[in-house]
Amino acid sequence: MYEITEKRDLAHRVSLFKIKAPRIAKKRKAGQFIVLRLDEHGERIPLTIVDSDNEAGTITIVVQEVGRTSSLLCQKGKGDTILDVVGPLGKPTHIENFGTAVCVGGGIGTAVVLPISVALKGAGNEVLSIVGARNKDLLILEDEITEASTKLHVTTDDGSYGHHGFVTSVLEDLIKDGRKIDIVIAIGPVPMMKAVAEVTRPYGIKTLVSLNPIMVDGTGMCGACRVTVGGKNQFVCVDGPEFDGHEVDFKELVLRNRSYLKEERIAIEEATYHEGTKCYERGDCS
Amino acid sequence: MKEEIVADMDPKEMKARMKMPRQPMGEQDAKERVKNFYEVPLGYTPEQAIAEAKRCIQCKKPLCVAGCPVGIDIPWFIRLIEEGKFVEAARKLKETNALPAVCGRVCPQEDQCELVCIVGKKNEPVAIGRLEKFAADYEREHGEVSVPDAAKSTGKKIAVVGGGPAGLTVAGDMVKKGHSVTVFEALHTPGGVLMYGIPEFRLPKKIVSAEVDCLAKMGVDFQCNSVVGKLDTIDELIADGYEAVFIGSGAGLPYFMNIPGENLIGVYSANEYLTRVNLMKAYQFPEYDTPVIRGRHVVVVGGGNTAMDAARTALRLCPKTVSLVYRRSREELPAREEEVHHAEEEGLDFQLLRNPVRFIGDEDGRLIAVECVKMELGEPDDSGRRRPVVIEGSEYQLECDVAIISIGNGANPLIPQTSPDINVNKWGNILGDPETGRTSKKGVFAGGDIVRGGATVILAMGDGRKAADSMDEYLKDGKW
Ligand SMILES: Cc1cc2nc3c(=O)[nH]c(=O)nc-3n(C[C@H](O)[C@H](O)[C@H](O)COP(=O)(O)OP(=O)(O)OC[C@H]3O[C@@H](n4cnc5c(N)ncnc54)[C@H](O)[C@@H]3O)c2cc1C
Ligand SMILES: Cc1cc2nc3c(=O)[nH]c(=O)nc-3n(C[C@H](O)[C@H](O)[C@H](O)COP(=O)(O)OP(=O)(O)OC[C@H]3O[C@@H](n4cnc5c(N)ncnc54)[C@H](O)[C@@H]3O)c2cc1C
Ligand code: SF4
Ligand code: SF4
Ligand code: FES
Repeated sequence: MYEITEKRDLAHRVSLFKIKAPRIAKKRKAGQFIVLRLDEHGERIPLTIVDSDNEAGTITIVVQEVGRTSSLLCQKGKGDTILDVVGPLGKPTHIENFGTAVCVGGGIGTAVVLPISVALKGAGNEVLSIVGARNKDLLILEDEITEASTKLHVTTDDGSYGHHGFVTSVLEDLIKDGRKIDIVIAIGPVPMMKAVAEVTRPYGIKTLVSLNPIMVDGTGMCGACRVTVGGKNQFVCVDGPEFDGHEVDFKELVLRNRSYLKEERIAIEEATYHEGTKCYERGDCS
Repeated sequence: MKEEIVADMDPKEMKARMKMPRQPMGEQDAKERVKNFYEVPLGYTPEQAIAEAKRCIQCKKPLCVAGCPVGIDIPWFIRLIEEGKFVEAARKLKETNALPAVCGRVCPQEDQCELVCIVGKKNEPVAIGRLEKFAADYEREHGEVSVPDAAKSTGKKIAVVGGGPAGLTVAGDMVKKGHSVTVFEALHTPGGVLMYGIPEFRLPKKIVSAEVDCLAKMGVDFQCNSVVGKLDTIDELIADGYEAVFIGSGAGLPYFMNIPGENLIGVYSANEYLTRVNLMKAYQFPEYDTPVIRGRHVVVVGGGNTAMDAARTALRLCPKTVSLVYRRSREELPAREEEVHHAEEEGLDFQLLRNPVRFIGDEDGRLIAVECVKMELGEPDDSGRRRPVVIEGSEYQLECDVAIISIGNGANPLIPQTSPDINVNKWGNILGDPETGRTSKKGVFAGGDIVRGGATVILAMGDGRKAADSMDEYLKDGKW
């Protein structure tokens, strides 16, 4: 059992949790994630470790409600427990002093990119952050990102805060202004990561993206998380989660993340309807 | 004493025994069982068990024992069953085999103990596996499971990486020897393939849990959700005071075929498919949260036990058809005959001498068909089996919305990657001494599938036993 020691709502349907997991807190590095299972009936889902506190023995995660498990998790509060937490999984981000690094975060990706920005700044990089949200209310972790950056650019799709537009236009401006950029790290919705990779491709700027396929074990045992990178099959949980954005087959990733659309609908309906319904009793067998 | 039990048998009686027919085992009817996940064989009744035990002629030099990788004293335990001493029979089994309820079900007996049983020369061999299952089940179901005593504490602490059959055997043997044992398991529950791979209808999960609980009662400390190499490395475990480490991390890396369309929605590795259904209980979705695609037309690629398990699992998830595509002929199917037979009864369509060449999807990236070619058998290859050769121009398409690739597993590279001083072969399997399990790294032992590649439960357990003996010696004399 893993205890939730703190919960904070960051935006509509986005919450931050601190979870007691001392062994993971001690080991984890930027870019790594956990897999959790809420209870005996639960699914295993991956979430990035955003921060950790070695003294308190806690790790921090930021969760967006998108489906059954993330919603159930967000209903939990301080003092509640999570049955299983395993990590730190995945390869840590390769951190060195590149010079100037641009960290792009979109939506929940802002939380995922934060530990990387912190580590890059710690290694002496100049960190330019660009974070995007649909509107001001959905912007998360602004203070934390500000602190982890040399300079922060905020964009909102509706212009309610910061720059009106997408993260890519700010990035393009930076490049066109002649800023020397040594590396770009983009984390967010797949279309955003793809767009960022397209912006940097003509300039040959190294661009890392962090992929979020569906996972089961998170240890390289099942292949659920496979993606095509540079024409080769890669398991995101052990070979990633970060890959060269210019090589990733984003289209395939988008499609594969829709594998269980029908089942997800059933799961959500089941949550509101009655318990104990078995699939074969729903006339699914015809 | 053994001599008292195994009396010389009167030749007439011996002859009579050798003529007795093998007791059939009741099973769930094939039409019924494909609608559920309950165990297929129903098991012997006590009367049947005694009748079957009577078929054993109590050989003085029992060939069967030599056929069992862990050398169970087979005539002795069978004799106890014959005398109606079922609990004693189970305890006798447990002296050499920590998981008799498991082995009685999943051992390929027909290639091991039963293959060489003397009765089998003229008649069907004694049903050693079924008797083993019977005794172990009887003990458990009658609440007679005893927790073996541990020796006086040695004050030494050892670590076991991986809670599969190899790791569980080491853990059991080492606590019995008085050492303090911690098992680190990556998943949320121990059991390895027994838990995530072999389906419920072949090996009910409560049996595996009961064995694990028994070990916990004996004092084994289970640390689940602990991926060694990520959380702690082997060196860190040693620095932490573990004086010896056993690696039983299995062969969990699924192979794919590297043909077009393999990443379409609906194409699974057998590991993923079976993990979703067994470990995560997707067959009870949405009561359990993990989904699995229930295909209308399912194609399984491969011919081993894993392929058969995947196919029989798919048959239980309300499909219209399930086909097995295998590139050689029926004779070469590596799966156990019993499983092939069960699968046939359950309606599996065998597409033999066929091989997939590409998967075809729709605009949403969902699998709709697989293109196969026909094969014929040519000259024997290195393994002595005739090599399958493609028949040119024989392409055809098979409609399917789920495909399960079951062409084998490799070694998970995580531990060798983080402990480069543990030597591996070119396939990434750890090099462990076959007699002692010792690796190239002092104090570190290995066994089971991580050493052998995909093998069997009983071989993994045999490795565990040898490694535990050798580890105990090492803890005493420190010699490597
Ligand atoms: C390495 C990694 C790190 C991640 N870090 C975070 C994080 O820090 N915070 C966070 O909120 N989420 C993160 N995710 C995504 C998170 O795992 C999914 O949102 C979660 O699995 C959804 O589960 P669910 O049961 O709530 O939704 P489901 O009911 O399973 O799915 C609901 C919807 O979400 C989409 N979806 C399903 N799985 C994923 C997925 N893995 N990624 C994206 N969309 C998905 C589906 O298309 C579906 O429409 C991460 C994913 C990976 C692989
Ligand atoms: C579907 C299927 C059906 C089979 N059917 C049969 C059968 O009928 N009869 C038979 O005899 N054999 C069968 N086998 C083979 C048999 O299951 C294996 O040979 C046996 O389980 C090997 O045991 P093991 O202990 O070496 O490894 P495993 O059972 O693979 O266990 C390894 C364990 O180590 C854990 N692990 C891995 N890496 C780490 C890490 N870094 N840190 C912590 N833990 C880790 C894994 O999660 C796993 O629990 C089957 C195999 C499969 C896949
Ligand atoms: S463990 Fe397996 S091989 Fe040995 S006696 Fe039992 S069934 Fe036969
Ligand atoms: S070989 Fe057969 S008959 Fe002889 S002891 Fe073993 S089981 Fe009994
Ligand atoms: S999640 Fe199973 S291999 Fe990556």
